[in-house]
Parts: sequence; C-alpha cells; structure tokens
Amino acid sequence: MDTLLLSRIQFGANISFHILFPTITIALGWVLLFFKLRFNATGEHKWMDAYLFWVKIFALSFAMGVVSGITMSFQFGTNWPGFMETVGNVAGPLLAYEVMTAFFLEAVFLGIMLFGASRVKPWVHTLATFLVAFGTTMSTFWIIVLNSWMHTPQGYEVIDGVVFATSWFDIVFNPSMPYRFVHMMLASGLTVAFLIAGISALRLLWGDRSEAVKSALRVGIITGAALIPLQIFAGDMHGLNTLEHQPAKVAAMEGNWETGPNIPLVLFAIPDQEARTNRFEVSIPNGASLILKHKADGVVPGLNDFVGENGEILHPRVSAVFFSFRIMIGTGLAMLALSWGGLLLLRKYGAGDMPRLPLIAFCAMSFSGWIATLAGWYTTEIGRQPWLVQGVLSTKDAVSDVPAGMVLSTLIGYLVIYAVLILAYIGVITYLARKAANGEPLSTRKYPRSGEAEVVALQPGE
Amino acid sequence: MELFGDPAVWLPWTFAALMGVSILIYVVLDGFDLGVGILMPLAEDAEKDRLVASIGPFWDANETWLVLAIGLLLVAFPPAHGVILTSLYLPVFVMLVGLILRGVSFELRAKAPLSQKPLWNGAFFAGSLMASLSQGFMLGMYVMGLTWTLPHLAFALLTAVFLTVGYSFIGAVWLIWKTEDRLQKRSIGWAKGGIWGLILGIGAISMATPYVSARIFDKWFSFPELLYLSPLPVISALLVMFVWWQLSRMPLQNDRWSWTPFAAAMALFTLAFCGMAYSFYPYVVPEQITIYEAASAPESLFIILLGTIFVLPAILGYTILSYFIFRGKATDLRYD
Repeated sequence: MDTLLLSRIQFGANISFHILFPTITIALGWVLLFFKLRFNATGEHKWMDAYLFWVKIFALSFAMGVVSGITMSFQFGTNWPGFMETVGNVAGPLLAYEVMTAFFLEAVFLGIMLFGASRVKPWVHTLATFLVAFGTTMSTFWIIVLNSWMHTPQGYEVIDGVVFATSWFDIVFNPSMPYRFVHMMLASGLTVAFLIAGISALRLLWGDRSEAVKSALRVGIITGAALIPLQIFAGDMHGLNTLEHQPAKVAAMEGNWETGPNIPLVLFAIPDQEARTNRFEVSIPNGASLILKHKADGVVPGLNDFVGENGEILHPRVSAVFFSFRIMIGTGLAMLALSWGGLLLLRKYGAGDMPRLPLIAFCAMSFSGWIATLAGWYTTEIGRQPWLVQGVLSTKDAVSDVPAGMVLSTLIGYLVIYAVLILAYIGVITYLARKAANGEPLSTRKYPRSGEAEVVALQPGE
Repeated sequence: MELFGDPAVWLPWTFAALMGVSILIYVVLDGFDLGVGILMPLAEDAEKDRLVASIGPFWDANETWLVLAIGLLLVAFPPAHGVILTSLYLPVFVMLVGLILRGVSFELRAKAPLSQKPLWNGAFFAGSLMASLSQGFMLGMYVMGLTWTLPHLAFALLTAVFLTVGYSFIGAVWLIWKTEDRLQKRSIGWAKGGIWGLILGIGAISMATPYVSARIFDKWFSFPELLYLSPLPVISALLVMFVWWQLSRMPLQNDRWSWTPFAAAMALFTLAFCGMAYSFYPYVVPEQITIYEAASAPESLFIILLGTIFVLPAILGYTILSYFIFRGKATDLRYD
C-alpha cells in the first residue's frame, strides 16, 4: 500500500476512534443538565443518583475524547501538510474558534462539574454543567462548519493555488452546514438515548430495581423514540442537499451507474466497479426516483457521468459508500422499531416490570448509535473522494511524503491501542453498571437543591 | 488592521507571541502533572491516590494548552506546522500514545475493578514518561534545526532525559505545595533529586544553541546586548539557589512558604523560555522559515485575533477560578 492510502486509513482510524466519544459527550452533557434540573425542581434523590452514575461515564468519555482529539490536531501536520497550506486561511480560523470557544469552556468547567459539587454553591455547579454542555455543542458547531465547508465550499477565492476567504458569512453558512449540524446533533442524541436505555436495561436485568435506573430507562426510551423520526426526516433533507451539491456521492449511495428517469431503489447489491454494474441486485422499481425527486420519472444522476475523458475515475469507491450508507439506514430502522416498541411496553408494563426480551434487545443496542454514526460519517467522507475539499483540493495533493513504512508501523501502533482502549471503555461501563446494580451507594452526601441553604453533613474522615 | 502599522508584520508577531505564551503555560502546567505521573512508582500504594487527586481537577485543562499552542501553529503558520510535524513524525507519535495512555489511565485506574488498578497505575506512569521523553527529544531536535544526524540525535536524547527529570522536579514541588505530612516530606526529597535535571537541561540548551548557529551566537555575545541579557542567567542562578535553600530547610512550621519552590520553578521555566524565544526569533522553523514567511493571510489572522481577544481573558479568568476553587491541600477526589 502507498503512503496516500495508508495515511487515509490512519487518519480515518484516528478520527473514527475520536468521534465515538464526542458523540456521547455532546448529548450526555445536556442529559446530565436535565437530571440536575429535575433534581433541583423535584428534590427527588433518584435524579441525583442518575446524575452521579452518568457523570462518571461522561468523565471517562470526555478524557477519551480529549486525548484522541489532541492526536487529530497533530495529524493535520504529520499526515496532511497540504491541507493547511492550501486552505489554511479558511480552515485555520474555524479550527481556532473550535478550540478557543469550546474546548476550553468544556475542559475548565469540567473540573468544577466533576469534582466541585461539594466545593461550590449548588447553582454554580448547575451552571458549570450547563457551560460544559454548551461548550461541547459549540465545539460541534465549529467543527461541523469546517467539515461542511470541505463538502460545499463557498465564500473564497484562489490566488496562486492558495485559498483566501472573501466572505466569512458565506463560509460559516455554507449550503450543507445546517443539515449536517442537525444530523450530527440528532445522531449524538440517539447514541446517548440508546446507551442510557441499554445500560439501564442491563442494570434491570441484573436485578437493580432502584428508582434511578427506572427513570433513566424511561428517559432513554422516550428520548430515542422522540428523536428517531426527526433524524429520519433530517437525514432525508441532508440527502436532498447532497444530491444538489455532490451528485457523485448520491449516485454511489444509491448504487446507480447510468443517469436517467425511473431509477429503482437498490435494497441490496454488490457493486462491481470494474464492470461498472451491480451484482445480485434486489431493488424496488422507481424507488430512488421517488425518494430523491418525489416523482416516479425523476432523473437521478449516475456514476458513469463521473468518469474523465481518458478513463480516470472522478467518483468515490462505490462499494464503501454503498454499504456504509445501508448500514446506517439499517441501524436507524432498528432504532425506530425498538424505541417505539419500547414506548408501547413502557405504557403497558412500566419501567420496572419490562419483560426480559425487550430488555435484552435494548442491551444489545447500547452502542448502536456508534455504528450508525460511524457508517454515516464513512458515507459522507468517503463519498467526497477523490476530493479533500470538494473541487478545490484533491486528497492526493495534500498527503505528506513520509515513507509508507513509517505510516504503516505507526498505524499498527494506533490500532492496537485503540482496540485495547475500546474494550477497556466498554468493560468499565459494564463494571460501573454492575457495581451500581449491586446496590453500592453512589454517594452518602445529602444534596442541597438550588436555592436551599446547604445542609452541612459531615462524614467520617471529612 | 492598519492601527499598529503593516498587518503583515504585527499580526504574525502577535500570533508568535500568543503561541509562545501558550507553549510556556503548557510546559509549566502540564509539566507538573506529567511530573506527578513520573513520580508515581516512587510513591507507596496509599499515596498514589493522593498524587492523582492533586492533579485531578486540572489535567484536562492543562493539556488543552497544548491543543491551543499546536492549534495556533497550525492556523497561523500552516507551512511551519507541516515542516515541523513531518520531521518529528515518530516522536510526535510516541508523545501522542503517551498522552492517550495517561489520559485514559487517569480515569480507568479509578473506575476499573480494583484488581486492574496496578495495571492502570503502570500505564499512567508509562504514558507520562513517554510524553515527557518525547517532548524533551523534540525540544532537542528543534534546537538542532530539525535535521536528523547522529550528533543531533545524541543531543536530543540528552535533552529528553533532562526535561523528564525537570518535569519530575516541577511535579515534586507541586506536591510540596499540595500535600502534607509524610507525603510532603517525601516530595521534598524527590524535588532535591530532580532539580539537577532542570539545571543541566537549561545549561545544555543555553550552551548548545549559540554554537549551532552563528546568528544566535552574535545575538547573545555582542555589546551592548550582553549587558541587557545578563539578568536572564543571573536571576536564573539566584532562583536555583533560592529553591535549593528552601528545600534544605523544609518543611517549615505551619506549612509556611510551601508554595515558593513551585513559584520559583515556574519563574525558572519562564526565564529559560524567554531566552530561547530571543534566540530563535524571527524563525519559527530554525534558520529556515521566519514567522513572517509562514504566516497565514492577514485577513484570516485578524479574524482569529478577534476571537482571541474575547476568549483569552475568559480562559485565563476561569483557569484562575478553577485553581481557586480547588485551592489548598489535595483531598480525595469525589464526584459527589
């Protein structure tokens, strides 16, 4: 393999590992704020118990996100020096805003949010929780702006091969940004909803009947059921936006080779890029035309439009985009079925007496959000190839000239570490759930609500 | 943008200064928490939790300064970011693995089953060591102009050891400030054992830098510059003597002056850093690319600066707030 492909795999591996954790912290921050506010409002201790359990998972995820995020900021330089040299004038300020407004807001208030509950006034602690959640969301916003600009660049001019910004408004509000931002926020919400539902189901299966775990299960299922229809709608809108700006990506997603009307919706196939056709195709007639153009004879772009005059391929590798898109859709549909089914069971049985089978199903789907999110990102990022910045900079022009052997050896190093860490991460979450299910108290402190005078409860050793 | 003269001059200068300040803050702040990690094997099992507790609320934010520093290099001087990081590809990899290991061990040692704790303590130490060694190595390579030759490599290995011992020193003086009783006494011993790394490190770089480049030699050893610069080494020597004297008479009654070795260590790092900044200015890649050649377009730098003006005071403000809230001796970390 050459340096280009290895560098792509390495960067892909690192960014895949990284996104797992922000996907959790983005929405979990808001869920924690919800728990805290419910506690402030009702004074019911179960909300504080839920807070104390999930804040540990938040801390763990946050640490994983920070360290893998540091890796990313270095790899721009080690793997893709051409990226910043060419588009640094646009990408630089966006990355700077991501780091400045957000990273710090999270990292600094995190200390107070995690360890400060007994050191600051209750309202300061609630405020710190809010600022961490807000910081994470701002972080998402700026990085999504940059990523969207790489897909649908505008507001710039090219002088001597270097990109200069002409309108920051156009750059920030580039055409795909609103869709991508909403899609990502909802993805994070769903990931967390299913994680909370799954881990709560696990604790119920282990015999934990605490109020905190029942409430958490309810929050997880209801959030999941509420967000998944919104996500399907947002995803569809995002797809139409992609059709307008990156037709080659949509053609690869649909597995459609020839431009034309009455294009079927391919449910399954094995795309053969050499023969430029699909094998073992199962499809619904007119489906793709109906979804993308809302009429049966709508014209859908085909991959053969993106082949250069002397045969060079100007569209992404079809099978990668085609399959990751289907994995994302499949996971989404499973989420829809399970969360709405769970909602019905919740009405019928309540959270405490849910039958075993759906509880096991929720356990199995604990990390489904990760799968859908990664598959979605692979679809959109591989779908942009051969471009790094659509129409402006190709990926091969940005890669560094580091020897392939060096990239390969460090790649193996990263992969081993990431595999170990993911196992450790999931292992620790399960272990924390086991401890909580065995009834180990999360805290012996009595918590004051906002507005109440703090009750000084001294404990042995304090 | 024209307010301070030619924006193609003052903007790169401002960003170089901002980047320098971020690197300095990073080295001092993450220096102490990396140092605490390096000291882990020396502590008894019962003390290890307290060691970690002393840096618990801070390390996330400390490491963020590295993101800001490297981020500023990336956004303000893109070509330099590429040149420096591709030539330091391997040490960067080692550092990143180290930072990953220690960051996650920090969480996992407290949350994983008790039987796994020694494993994660070990990973915490190994990660801290890898990060410190590779940072020292990169510092040495940078001083030597980023060219991979055998003598340069040897020098970089030397600075790797010195910086690591230096970090263990700043970790130890942090512990003198943040702990008490027996652990504090042991920290005083660790600080005495680590101070030589700092002295030799500063010495080695001060000696080597002028001999690598005639330009830097002339900047230091000419009249009247020599006169203006003489306070740097003189104050540094006085600070070292002060720390040595304080360490030899500590612990004092009522924990008086326990913060002074840490403050003096911060001042030492700052002075050494100012000396280096003076040597290398105006180059961002030593003797190859100046900050003015590497800078992004003034328009882009200006946009970043607008954000920085609002954000930097806020960051400093709540960094101070966070250190204030967690002031005093370190206690066990609790989420509740």
